Amino acid sequence: MPADMIDSEGDTTAVAAHRTDHSVDARGALSGVEHRPGASKPDPIVVADGIVRRFGGLTAVDVAHVEIQRGVITALIGPNGAGKTTFFNLLTGFDKPDAGTWSFGGKGLKGVPAYKIARLGMVRTFQLTKVLSRLTVLENMRVGATGQSGESLWQAMFAPLWRGQEKRNTERAMGLLHRFKLDTKKGDFAGSLSGGQRKLLEMARALMVEPELVMLDEPMAGVNPALKQSLLGHVKSLREDGMTVLFVEHDMDMVRDISDWVIAMAQGRIISEGPPDAVMSDQRVIDAYLGAHHDTELSEEDEEAILAAAQEEIQASEEESHG
Amino acid sequence: MADDTASERAAHEKMAEGAVLRADELTAGYLPGVNILNECDLYCRPGELVGIIGPNGAGKSTLLKALFGLVKVGAGTVQLKGEDVTNERADVLVSAGIGFVPQSNNVFPSLTVEENLEMGSYQKPKSFRQQFEFVASLFPTLADRRRQRAGSLSGGERQMVAMGRALMMEPSVLLLDEPSAGLSPIMQDEVFVQTRRINRAGVSVVMVEQNARRCLQICDRGYVLDQGRNAYTASGEDLMNDPKVIELYLGSLAKA
Repeated sequence: MPADMIDSEGDTTAVAAHRTDHSVDARGALSGVEHRPGASKPDPIVVADGIVRRFGGLTAVDVAHVEIQRGVITALIGPNGAGKTTFFNLLTGFDKPDAGTWSFGGKGLKGVPAYKIARLGMVRTFQLTKVLSRLTVLENMRVGATGQSGESLWQAMFAPLWRGQEKRNTERAMGLLHRFKLDTKKGDFAGSLSGGQRKLLEMARALMVEPELVMLDEPMAGVNPALKQSLLGHVKSLREDGMTVLFVEHDMDMVRDISDWVIAMAQGRIISEGPPDAVMSDQRVIDAYLGAHHDTELSEEDEEAILAAAQEEIQASEEESHG
Repeated sequence: MADDTASERAAHEKMAEGAVLRADELTAGYLPGVNILNECDLYCRPGELVGIIGPNGAGKSTLLKALFGLVKVGAGTVQLKGEDVTNERADVLVSAGIGFVPQSNNVFPSLTVEENLEMGSYQKPKSFRQQFEFVASLFPTLADRRRQRAGSLSGGERQMVAMGRALMMEPSVLLLDEPSAGLSPIMQDEVFVQTRRINRAGVSVVMVEQNARRCLQICDRGYVLDQGRNAYTASGEDLMNDPKVIELYLGSLAKA
């Protein structure tokens, strides 16, 4: 075979293979990992231990141990009220746990405020987007940049000290806006964007700090079906660029489509871990979503027993609050 | 497919005859042009306990709110005992015989249990004594705590107060929006038992639930909602053993 042919042919297929192989690589790295809650991973970027968060009498999060593998897309699923968003808030410093320790890239994060966690390279988005609606799209992006020298009062007074950085930030912002197809909207107020565009802007802004880990809280919620596919593509592209993605999502088609690993929570605990197909056919997960299976009719005795148990629980909580 | 829809419509028309509450081809949403519900049918026959289940975002709570006039119905009708009550005001619906228990913020925390129940009967204060007896027979705990502020009660007890208040007007049909949400497992079971007892006392019930299997276990008939449409309706028992229901929640990979 002539050498030039190998070159031209080989190049394009190599590029294509490189593109698609990310998910294969990512899943490959996880192939030896046990399918059980708290399974240890070959290269964890986040490790959390004994994280507990209580709201009054309700234990919202109670995670004994969890590891998030670097460079893959991990989905966090679970029924309403499972504690997914609370767990997100705890990891990212937006809420404080009652107990527990966790680390990002080996650095302990306990007591580190949210803005510092973001600067370390662990950024998040929100279920209900938090764009600054009275700023333009481009201004929203610039706000996302960190370490701005103009933030210091005396430097702020001398334009030459920050102008170069401002320019670099703007260039980076424009690059990201282009990638998320928001460049034509750069001068529009963020408040005028559609729900889906806000999700994109929030994701783009998160990337301004060049994060290692991107955490997305329900990226698909409230996004119209036409935008969903492109949003999916953007999430996958984060992995292709070497980032780690952890996301909370209810859209099971999306979870199956893009995640390399799935962690399922229910009532604050992790109940299952594994590849999407394994987790979604796990009996514990099905029970968590639909409630436990009840084959028999609820008898008179069952009812009495339930009422008695409830009465006991009420008494117990009463004594606790008075004692 | 079109045949399916037509035959489902015909079955609905037939069964909904004489229903205490019925909705026909309801289309509703929060924003103009964005419909959450698309042509939903529902009926509840006298004395029936009807459950509405479906995955997150299927439109369950929206359907319940549309029945109670809290979400504007764009097309379709809601009928209570044969009268058209579509988009009627909440207080009118309450005096016409619909009781509604919202999912959250459903008690007045600074009022006592008794005052909360009085609020429930403000349109019919004379019958307070008698209805209070009825509610107290269902929820003895509430009678014990009548002087306690509702805000100091546990989640399960607050749910009882909210249900009790809705019962103060002797409703013909009670609408419950995810009554077990946010409660401990024991209190969740408790709410299902209480709902069933209310139903046995002669009140028709339509409940939306996240705990699908518990709901199907106690209800006479269930509706499965998917993306704002009726996926299907069947007896609670049949739905409980239907693998399609699991698929709807967890995708086609999920196995029973």
